[in-house]
Formats: sequence, structure tokens, C-alpha cells
Amino acid sequence: MGEWFEQNGALLGLALLDGIASAALIFMVAVGLNLVFGVLRVLNVAHGSFFAIGGYMAASIGLLMTAVGLPPWASFAALLLAAVVTGAILGPLIERFLLRRVYAEESVLQLLVTFALFMILEDLQKIVWGVQPVSFGGPVALMGTVDVPFAGDVIPYNAYQVILLPVVALLTLGGLAWFLRRTLAGRVIVAVTLDREAATAMGIDAGRVFLLTFTFGAVLAALGGALSAPTASLVPGVGASTIVLSFAVVATAGLGQIEGAALTALMIGIGRSVAVTFEPELEVVVPYLIMVAVLLLRPQGLFGVPETRRI
Amino acid sequence: MPVTSPLTRRGALAAGFGSVLLPAGLSAQAPAAKPSELKIGITTFLSGPASVFGVPGRNAAEMLAEEINREGGIGGVPIRLFFVDEGPGIDHLVGEFRRLVQNEKVDVMLASISSGSCLACTPLAEELRKVTLLWDCGTQRIFEEGSYKYAFRSQANSTPEMMAPLLYLLKHKPDFRSLAVVNQDYAWGRDSWELWKAAMDVLKPGVRVVAELFPRFGATDFSAEVTRLLALRPDVVLSTSWGGDLDTFIRQSAERRLFERSTFVLPLAESSLERVGRLLPPGHIVGSRGDHWHQHPRPADPAALQRFVANYRRRFNAYPIYPTYHMAQAFSALRAAYAKATAANGGNWPSDVQLAGAFPGLEFDSPTARLRIREDGQALEPQLIGTTAQDDRFPFPIMDRMVVFPPETIMPPVGQKSLDWIRTLTADAVSRVPDPVRPAG
Repeated sequence: MGEWFEQNGALLGLALLDGIASAALIFMVAVGLNLVFGVLRVLNVAHGSFFAIGGYMAASIGLLMTAVGLPPWASFAALLLAAVVTGAILGPLIERFLLRRVYAEESVLQLLVTFALFMILEDLQKIVWGVQPVSFGGPVALMGTVDVPFAGDVIPYNAYQVILLPVVALLTLGGLAWFLRRTLAGRVIVAVTLDREAATAMGIDAGRVFLLTFTFGAVLAALGGALSAPTASLVPGVGASTIVLSFAVVATAGLGQIEGAALTALMIGIGRSVAVTFEPELEVVVPYLIMVAVLLLRPQGLFGVPETRRI
Repeated sequence: MPVTSPLTRRGALAAGFGSVLLPAGLSAQAPAAKPSELKIGITTFLSGPASVFGVPGRNAAEMLAEEINREGGIGGVPIRLFFVDEGPGIDHLVGEFRRLVQNEKVDVMLASISSGSCLACTPLAEELRKVTLLWDCGTQRIFEEGSYKYAFRSQANSTPEMMAPLLYLLKHKPDFRSLAVVNQDYAWGRDSWELWKAAMDVLKPGVRVVAELFPRFGATDFSAEVTRLLALRPDVVLSTSWGGDLDTFIRQSAERRLFERSTFVLPLAESSLERVGRLLPPGHIVGSRGDHWHQHPRPADPAALQRFVANYRRRFNAYPIYPTYHMAQAFSALRAAYAKATAANGGNWPSDVQLAGAFPGLEFDSPTARLRIREDGQALEPQLIGTTAQDDRFPFPIMDRMVVFPPETIMPPVGQKSLDWIRTLTADAVSRVPDPVRPAG
């Protein structure tokens, strides 16, 4: 083992860097999905669409800002603006006019409704942005690269990916934890998550909590998409692949667990990059191997607590 | 314009009685009445990641159909298009194929982008006895493993599409000793690597394959792959990826200076050049899945190429990419086949079986070359490969040192399977690579 580390320790270090950067984006999307499920108890398939639309919006706003001659740092504002605009418009609209009508329905029907919404939003993306890949590399170019020493040479990394993305993810995690545990609004959300009936009986307006939580989840997903726009090309179908991975994170983390989502995203991100480095054939299945392994040992997820089923 | 003549009363009666009295199996051979419109079913990706090719293909089809109809149609018959989305999967596609043939009574099918779709559609073409032109899919297996009377392909297949860039690399960068592959994890990514690896092992044994990476189809991050390649420093990086995957891979490789360390071979990058712009630096090998590009160095019909490019750009605000040319080839093959079959039928409109009989040996024009469909149904199409270069006229890289590979030199003859043929190759294959041609203008 010691010999293996001697030979491959530096490679493992590189894989960790890649894994952390990748985990940051996975976390941003999955935590929103997890939060929404925790409060609304609706598994929202259209969450992947918020990611995609956030990315497309970021690229459009960023390219527009560049075209009108705004300073390069404005491209960072474009990412944030895209997330807020996407989440603040789509979130309330969907919660108020669609989801609110199916809260009392079977979960299968809820799933079908959000799946239908996902399909509609996929077509909407094609109508607005077309089918050719869209990207916006401004922020990556602006931040440049950092050289990591390796075997007498250097490996250049995008500062955007290895510094900015993890910092944003950490701030999101810390901010969410603080909000949910230290503020009244956050405690209200937690109360609704733990026992909707009791919270409502205490005078909490559950409908308002649902609206705010869903909108916030949509903003987080859109922020994930916006943050991915500078490094990836957005194409039709990107929302579908995102939602599949997000479901894996949510199931592994435990439904409604934000710290669990962070840890799971980290495990998946690092697991994938370690696989690429040492056993590339496993890369595609790593997220699901992790999910299966965790669920075999803890069916309620890493941070989930077993719930008593009401009959 | 094909020569046409109106159907005679006797012909019409014969056709009518034939269709009523003959069993279904024989009615396809009866003389056909000239239809009021020629219905063409087209399967293409209208959703999902492959719509980056499927929608330009549809756009080209609509543009060409309008042009053909303005000129009076095919053989004097206006054409009408029916599109089917390949996105939902094979089961949906097969059902829609049947529906178009049996319910909509389409006259011809053009299928498909995905090789999996084509593998499913060709047996259907035989079963339904409906002429089906494979307009874009790549798998070489179809005509190597099966024999079809109603299915034909109007473009090349995976074998020449992989042989051409490999021979180009061996000719122009013969000293490479190590190679890494980064292909999408699905049939094309795996199959194209199998063809490349088999040919490379024969033509340049001893090349060290330092990494075989198959990231998830539709991946949006290649950071770990780029890191691995930066650490391994292969002389050559091969990627047959396309669409958003290829754009992202190029973007992340450029940002992290991987292009400075390795020579890239990107056989499908023609379709990404306009989007990635100057991120793709000079000196890397790119291909176009055929003999077509808007700056083709010696098109057979320069005016036709210019017209096609100008019309497409005016209408869709983008340069045409390879699926649009493949669609143009399919339409050209169809026109030529109807003309040939009509002439062979004494000027009368051909039946399905007569139309099918026109394809073996058929010659037809693309904007850049004259193509021929072999006896096995597979078209012979040259392959254009070049090296990226900067040109102030364009905000994206162009191809320089372009080589147009004659099709006979890069694919097996009729009756031989690709991998068997590859094993017979010798170093002569490299020495026979034509000299490069500079871009026009």
C-alpha cells in the first residue's frame, strides 16, 4: 500500500483536485432538489430543466454583456443574475399554478406531472436557444490557470474550477445551514419538513413555505447551471443527465439532508475522477456504485433518519 | 431535370388492376401510377444531444425540398416531407417507420443518424419492401453483415471515416509513439476506436496506447480526463466525439494548454469549428465525415457548393455542417435513381422494386464530388481530412493541407468485412496517401 502511494500519490492528489471541483457543481444542483423534496415531498423531475435554463440564461446574459462592452468582471454578475432571474420567474409560476394542484395526489402522479413539465421545458429550450451547443467562457478566461507541480512538470488547472466553484459551494452549504438553523424563516421551513400537520396547526402558512422553498431550490439549480456554463457546452438533454445524477445524490444523502448532499457530491465527484485516473471503465458507474453501497448499509441514506410510516 | 411522360390509359388500367388482383407481395413489381406528390419519410434526431446534427439535417431537407419543388419536383412530382424524431428511441422509431409506410403511404424513407436506428430500419425496409436510403448513420456492419434489396446508403461508413484520419496522421506525423483516446461511451465511440486500433496495430505496430477513456455520453466536464492526459503527455490524442461533448472537451483542453503538449486527431471536428472558434489552435487534424466542407479545396461543382452554402447560411445563419451535406447527397441520389428507374421503365413512373433496382451502380452528384453506390448498396464517398490553421477571413479555424482520400483506397471491397480487410493492409497504404491541397482562394 505504501509503495502504491509512493508511485501514485501525486496522481491521487490531482484526482482529488478534479473531484472537488466536480463535486461543487454536483452539490449545487442536488442540494436544491433535496431541499425541495424535504419540504414539499415532491420529487421534481423538472429540476434538471432549471439547471439547463440557468446555464442557457447565463450564456445569453454573459454574451450580451460582452457585446455591449461591459467590463469583463461583469461576466460573474451574469452568472448570478441568470440564476436569480430563472429561479425567481419559473419557481413561483410552477409552484403556484402546477404543483399546488397535485400536493394531495399520489406521488406517481406528481412524478408524471413534473416529468411532463420537464419535457415542455426541454422543448422551450430548443425553441429559445436552438439545438447547437451554447457556451460562455468569459469567467474562466478571466481567472486564468493555476499550475500544480507534478513529476518535475506542472499541470495547469482552471482557477475558476478549482478555486471559485468549491468556494461558492462551501458558501452555499454554510449559508444554507445558517439560514435553516439560525433564522426564523429557516426554522419555519425545518418545522414544515419535520411535521407539516403540526406546523400548520401552530399557524405556519405551509403554502407560503412551499412557494419560497421551491423558488429557492429553483434558484440553486439555476445557479448550478449558470456556474457550469463557462466550462461546458449546453445542449438539448443536459437537463436529463443532470437530474439523473442529482437523484443519485439525493437518494444517497438521505432525503432532505443538505450536509448529506455535500458529502455525497464529494464522494461522487472524487470517485469519478479517481476512476478516470486509475480505472477509467468504472467512471460511468461510480455514482451508482456509491449509491448502491450506501443504500445497502443505510437504506435511509447517509444522513437520513428512519421514518415511522403512518397507516 | 429528369425526363418524364404522363401515364397512358393502358398503363393506368394495368396499374390499377395489378394493385387489386395481385397478391401484396407481387404488387410492388407492378407498374406504378405517377403520384400527385412524392412522400418522403425522414428519420432524424429532433430532440436530445444528437439534435445538433439532426436539426441541421432537417433544415437542409426542408431547404432542398423547397428548391426541388420550385423546379417542378422529382420527375415532375412535387415532394412532401414527413419527419420522425429518433430521440425517443428505437421502439418509437420502428413504430413510426411502419406508420409512415403503411398509413401515410410514403414512397421513400430516409433513415437515420444513429447507427442503432439504421440497424433497426434496414430489416424493416426489406419487410415492407420500401426503398430506404441510409442518409447519415455510420456503422459499416449493415452492408457487410447483411444483403438488402431495398436499403442503400448514400454516403460513406465508419471504416473510411476512421481510415482517412489515421492514414493522414501516419503520413504527416509518422514519428508518434504514444496515443490516448477519449471517445464517448456508446456504440460509435467504441466501434470507431476498434477500427482505429486494428488499423494502427497493422500499419504502425508498437504505438503505446497510454489511456483509453470513454466518458459518459453527454458529459459536461472533462477535467479529470484532461488532467490525466496532461500527466501522461501522449504524442497523439484521438477523439471521435461530437456535439457538445467535443466542444467542451476542446474548450477545457485549450484552457489547460493540452493542445501544446499533444497533437489532436478529431475526425468529426468540422461540425464544431464554427462554435469553438479560435479555441482550437493550428496544427491539429480534423475531418468532416465525408468529402464536404464550405471551403472545399477542389469541389466538382464550385457553383453548386457556393449556392448550397450561401442558401443555407442565408436561411439558418450558420455554415452548413456534414449532416446537411449528407442530406443533400441523399436527395441527389434519390433524384438520380428516379430518373434512372423512369428511363428504364420506358418513361413511366417506377414501382418500388424498379426504383430499388436503380440504386446498385447509381452515380449521383454531391456539391463536391461524383459518388457511386456499389452493388452491395454502400456508396463510395471520398474523405476530406485537413490540419487546422488560422485565416483572417474567418473567426474560426479552417482546414489547411487538405487531403481528399479516394474511397476505394480506404474501405474494403464488396464482400469483405472491414476488420478482415484492415488485417491485409501494408505500408503501401500510407505511401499511397494523396498529396495535400491548399484551400481555395
